[in-house]
Amino acid sequence: MSTPEQPAAPAAPKPTRIPPIVTLDAKFFWEGADKELFLGQKCGDCGEFRFPPRPMCPKCFSLKREEVPLSGKGKVHSWAIARHPPPFGFKEAPIIAVIELEEGTRFVSNVVGVAYDEVVQDMPVEVTFEPTMNNHKVPVFRPVKK
Amino acid sequence: MARQFTEAAIAGIGATEFSKESGRSELQLAAECAKAACDDAGISPHDIDGMITFTIDNSDEMMLARCLGVKDLAYTTRIPGGGAAAAGTIYQAMAMVNAGLCKNVLIWRAMNERSQYRFGQNPTNTTNYQSGNGTGSLLWCVPFGAMTPASWGALQAQRYMHKYGVTNRDLGLISVQQRQYAATNPKAWFYNKPITLEDHQNSKWIMEPLLRMLDCCQESDGGQAILVTSLERARDLKQKPVRILGATQSIPYNVEVISNYYHEDLTVMPEAQGVAGRLWDMVGLGPKDMQAAMIYDAFTPHVLLQLEGFGFCKPGEGKDFVKSGALAIDGILPTNTHGGLLGEAYIHGMNSMAEGVRQIRGTSVNQVKSVTNVLVSSGMAGAVLSVD
Repeated sequence: MSTPEQPAAPAAPKPTRIPPIVTLDAKFFWEGADKELFLGQKCGDCGEFRFPPRPMCPKCFSLKREEVPLSGKGKVHSWAIARHPPPFGFKEAPIIAVIELEEGTRFVSNVVGVAYDEVVQDMPVEVTFEPTMNNHKVPVFRPVKK
Repeated sequence: MARQFTEAAIAGIGATEFSKESGRSELQLAAECAKAACDDAGISPHDIDGMITFTIDNSDEMMLARCLGVKDLAYTTRIPGGGAAAAGTIYQAMAMVNAGLCKNVLIWRAMNERSQYRFGQNPTNTTNYQSGNGTGSLLWCVPFGAMTPASWGALQAQRYMHKYGVTNRDLGLISVQQRQYAATNPKAWFYNKPITLEDHQNSKWIMEPLLRMLDCCQESDGGQAILVTSLERARDLKQKPVRILGATQSIPYNVEVISNYYHEDLTVMPEAQGVAGRLWDMVGLGPKDMQAAMIYDAFTPHVLLQLEGFGFCKPGEGKDFVKSGALAIDGILPTNTHGGLLGEAYIHGMNSMAEGVRQIRGTSVNQVKSVTNVLVSSGMAGAVLSVD
């Protein structure tokens, strides 16, 4: 039973980031992200990586899919700061970026843990996760520690 | 019925006023602009037998046909890809006439994209991000705060701008030029409102450090329609025929509209290159043969990417091409002479198609001298309009 006399521990602020929009073909990806796994999709027959996820391999037309952990390492391929309108769910203007992953595919995400003026082209980054509304998580990227 | 190849031409254009609050339904805007295009051509709306719009237009073919009293609709189709559809509708209409399937094809795009909803604001309903509109990857952007066309467009342009040292000030010259055209166009929202480069530089950041407010197209209410028929028939109608000399579309592998980050080289626009290759080949002409161009200008960097993609200048030279005054009325390639989507209105690119028609007819408020051929481009599709 709770004792009203004791002050409750300060609750962590509720995440305000919008949750992922989950489609059947990308369900594995977001379920992985909830468990802090950064997964990629490759062909179960010819091994070709592909993004965005899709049901058929564009090279050999196989429907076999493999969900494999990605290294989570990549480079900032393209980036900008979203000023106006302030994107819904962010307290500070996010750095939005296209990350070129080691595996050769690209992924839109955020660069976090870095000041606006410290982002440089092709900066090495690695995956980390941030919470969203409705108890989900999404992969974001931070600079690789030297 | 015997079928044979039939040359296509634009016989009519019609629009509503361009505003920020039309005060009437999108269907009404569609009906009004469609009627205006038929009147312009001198045909009865009853005789429309083909209809084309964008996949994301909210009006229904049957309801619009009912408004217009269309007797027998032989063909309906829609083009995906948001604004990329603009020149795609011309392409489709040309093909329908070429194949002898339709005699009077109505193209329309009508929307209350300021008073009823706004493309430039955060989404209110993320279930809109479904495939089928050529925008299937937007759902991979939204959770990261990339929620508006400007954010998607900026990510697409940044690497190009970085590689060639294109600054926001360079982009400003496009904006200033187009607002100069809009300033003399009574139909333009920004009629009599030219801007200076300093105005551009003082406008607020939308996507820092790439796009300012004045690099972005407007949000507008309005409708634009175009009536396509055979060249032979167009010669007997009210207006001087505008030949659709050629038109095509190109969606290379891994290219998509606006969230276009998955093809090999983000410093080029492969879809524009693809359109250019096929289009120049089809019409037997090249960039030097165009006296004007209407180029989809949702955001200023994409004008540069298209200029380069179509071969008006070499990769990376777009900013210098603009700086040389090429886009001005007395330049090498007067471009978006109605003021574009930045200056006139954002009717999803269709109003730019109509300006291409006016340049060929010789009726633009900013008329270029001695026009024979005009390129109209919406990135993923393009057409060459020509005098008869």
